[in-house]
Amino acid sequence: MSATSSDAILSARGLTKEFFGFKAVNDVDLDVMEGTIHALIGPNGAGKTTVFNLLTKFLTPTEGRIVFRGEDITGVKPADVARMGLVRSFQISAVFPHLTVLDNVRVALQRKEGLATQFWRSNRLLGRLNEEAERLIDAVGLSAFSAHDAAELPYGRKRALEIATTLALDPPVLLFDEPMAGMGVEDIGRISDLIRRIAKGRTVVMVEHNLNVVADLCDRVTVLARGEILAEGDYATVSNDKRVREAYMGSDDE
Amino acid sequence: MSSLTQSGTAAPQGESIEAGHARQKNLSRIGLAVAIVAVAGLIAAPFFVYPVFLMTVLCFALFATAFNLLLGYVGLLSFGHAAFFGGAAYFAAHAAKVWGFEPLSAILVGAVGAGLMGLAVGALAIRRQGIYFAMVTLALSQMIFFIFLQAPFTHGEDGIQGVPRGDLLGLVDLNRPLNIYYFVLLVFLFGFFAVWRIVHSPFGHVLQAIRENENRAISLGYRVERYKLAAFVMSATIAGLAGAMKAIVLQIATLTDVAWQMSGEVVLMTLLGGMGTIFGPSLGAAVVVTMQNYFATSDVPVTVIIGVVFVLCVLLFRRGIVGEAIRLMKR
Repeated sequence: MSATSSDAILSARGLTKEFFGFKAVNDVDLDVMEGTIHALIGPNGAGKTTVFNLLTKFLTPTEGRIVFRGEDITGVKPADVARMGLVRSFQISAVFPHLTVLDNVRVALQRKEGLATQFWRSNRLLGRLNEEAERLIDAVGLSAFSAHDAAELPYGRKRALEIATTLALDPPVLLFDEPMAGMGVEDIGRISDLIRRIAKGRTVVMVEHNLNVVADLCDRVTVLARGEILAEGDYATVSNDKRVREAYMGSDDE
Repeated sequence: MSSLTQSGTAAPQGESIEAGHARQKNLSRIGLAVAIVAVAGLIAAPFFVYPVFLMTVLCFALFATAFNLLLGYVGLLSFGHAAFFGGAAYFAAHAAKVWGFEPLSAILVGAVGAGLMGLAVGALAIRRQGIYFAMVTLALSQMIFFIFLQAPFTHGEDGIQGVPRGDLLGLVDLNRPLNIYYFVLLVFLFGFFAVWRIVHSPFGHVLQAIRENENRAISLGYRVERYKLAAFVMSATIAGLAGAMKAIVLQIATLTDVAWQMSGEVVLMTLLGGMGTIFGPSLGAAVVVTMQNYFATSDVPVTVIIGVVFVLCVLLFRRGIVGEAIRLMKR
């Protein structure tokens, strides 16, 4: 087990996850450098989402160690990982469907304002958060929808809402699990712009299938196949790697 | 980000923000009007209806309201709430009869006791989700049932009988029907308001987020177990308040109140009236208690009727009476 890189904001060493004897992730070393957009790619079943769940502690690794900003977070609970500034999204859009767009964002703002545990006071107090919530909603272009239930939004806009909610925590590290999955071309453009914009001053890790998006957005790419790292580098390096082409790109001529 | 606002997928069909706000405002105005009419009705009711029946309805209404705090607003189906309702009835009955507590203190003993039981049961149950949560609460409440069956102070099958109503704070004689009725009404309104307050509080907002998408709430840094446990204890305490009050009103605490059938009954009341609505559980409780009263003297077995009503409810109006009414008004 080698030492973690000192410039990395998020590192994993020897990360392994077994499900009933099946190694979904096997001995993965990963270093995410501060301020970069880092993509995890790979064919279906490569273990990308599992790695994601391990990094954010939604799954507990069978073996290995995860270090965030110099602190070992291998034994930390997912809610506490989020509190430390490592905030994730989900593959299926993670909104609160029967809350309004405004309320979705306010839920995220509530905690740091100390407005999460007060059960004896009126929820009118949440009005305090409106200004900041509206600012975030505006930043993702959803101002016109703030009184609508999240469930009513079309898919692309749900993703935008999810990003606004995540940004409400102002996290130094954002993890997006397939932010463009199931999106039309127009939405992809919008969300790409949005991610590029919010990545300024932050670190972003994303799982993504759309290689155009990866080529366009990401500084560094890690390719996973069958739970192991196949290659790592910038997009040009990785996409010219013979093994990567065999395992992944060969089946995906675009 | 003008490109973001203009391009992209079409806006959802529907009303403007202003119309949405207005609709919300209208609904809450209707809610306030309903509340005022209901309270006025309840104040006048004992002059027209048998008070003991009304008080029984109020006790069950509060029980169902407390249960709905968990089911309707946190999305947790507890199948063991009878333990808190019936347990509190035993505690209050014992406190009033054996320790000689005046009624309000006895009721508080019951509610606090139920809250502590809720803390123990909740701490074990909230580790599981969905049907497993329901099963754990059922199993633990059955354990509690057998403890009450065996414990000497409950007098087993006989229950605690002849619980004195006593003088409220040593001042008001609760043996007078109107006195105890208005006392019960006040306790009910207090409990009802407590649930309303919790639901419409910043904390309640987080509970609803957890109900909507638990993993997302976790990923936003919420330690959801603590929120769920807090809600569980609150719900158990208020359910206990209802059970303790019932013991004082009917002057008896028995195994019926702590048995699993009672846990099922409160589910029925809540679903029938409309889970996740403020008034629904109370209305559901009123309907169920009325039916039980009405059919108790007929040849038709009550359970069959209630079963039929439940099936109809699930088939025809899944949102419950109040839930369907709200849906119609929203149109």
